Amino acid sequence: MEIGLNHYLILSTILFAIGLVGIMRRKNLLLLFFATEILLNAVNIGFAAISHYYGDLTGQMFAFFVIAIAASELAVGLGLLIVWYKRHGTIDLDTMTSMRG
Amino acid sequence: MFEAVAFYLFAFLTIAMFYITVTTAQALYALTALAAGMIFISAFFFILGADFLGAVQIIVYTGAVMALYAFGMMFFDTTRDVKEKNGNKFIVVGLATLAAVMVVAIFVAPIVSTNMQAFYPMVEGVGNTQMVGVVLFTKYLIPFEVAAVMLLVAMVAGIVLAGKKMDLSLTQMNAEQIKEIEDKDKKVLS
Repeated sequence: MEIGLNHYLILSTILFAIGLVGIMRRKNLLLLFFATEILLNAVNIGFAAISHYYGDLTGQMFAFFVIAIAASELAVGLGLLIVWYKRHGTIDLDTMTSMRG
Repeated sequence: MFEAVAFYLFAFLTIAMFYITVTTAQALYALTALAAGMIFISAFFFILGADFLGAVQIIVYTGAVMALYAFGMMFFDTTRDVKEKNGNKFIVVGLATLAAVMVVAIFVAPIVSTNMQAFYPMVEGVGNTQMVGVVLFTKYLIPFEVAAVMLLVAMVAGIVLAGKKMDLSLTQMNAEQIKEIEDKDKKVLS
């Protein structure tokens, strides 16, 4: 059976849905970060597949920039997480209620 | 034939690994499953002929990002089980699927509505890495430089946030000096 663009887009959808379920379920911030990495990777698969099936390199370029953004987001986010953990001793989302919104 | 076998094999493995990542209660299992999933995703890039993207995926994600997570987890207490939010499962899964389908629709809409023209078509007989280099350093040079500056800013921010008191070595101080520093910290932070 021939693998087409739709196969890759369906796979991308499934992985994106898994990542969103992870974001909605997780309370630990570190595991929330893992779920965001899943989201970015799911979108990367979609970009690479469209790039391949339309013979266009733009999709791959966007995937490169997505990877760069993921790396910088992780560096800043993990630094903030370490500072928060040093001050409060926990990285649970429910404890971050200092604004009392 | 082989393409189909490889696609279904890696699709199954990737979905299984990411499912473990979002459902397990152990942070270490989640980390290792995520690293495995990243490597399996690079297989899709190799199948799709995006060789350079696949190599970058392995080097950046499993080499740099996962190593950074592993080092970051040394700061946290990861032996405890992770508590979960147990809301309505159907609402969570339904909303997630709806949002994912909408993202794919956003991708597909320009393809369906118009005859898509390739901006930077792939040339026969030229390797993927070569093509990526040519397009990246001619058409996408400014975004490339901006991404480089962004990575520099992120690096400085990471060092500033996580690297406080790295000039002090806990192994070379005696107990009283460490206690003194901790007391000073408590006064500042509380």
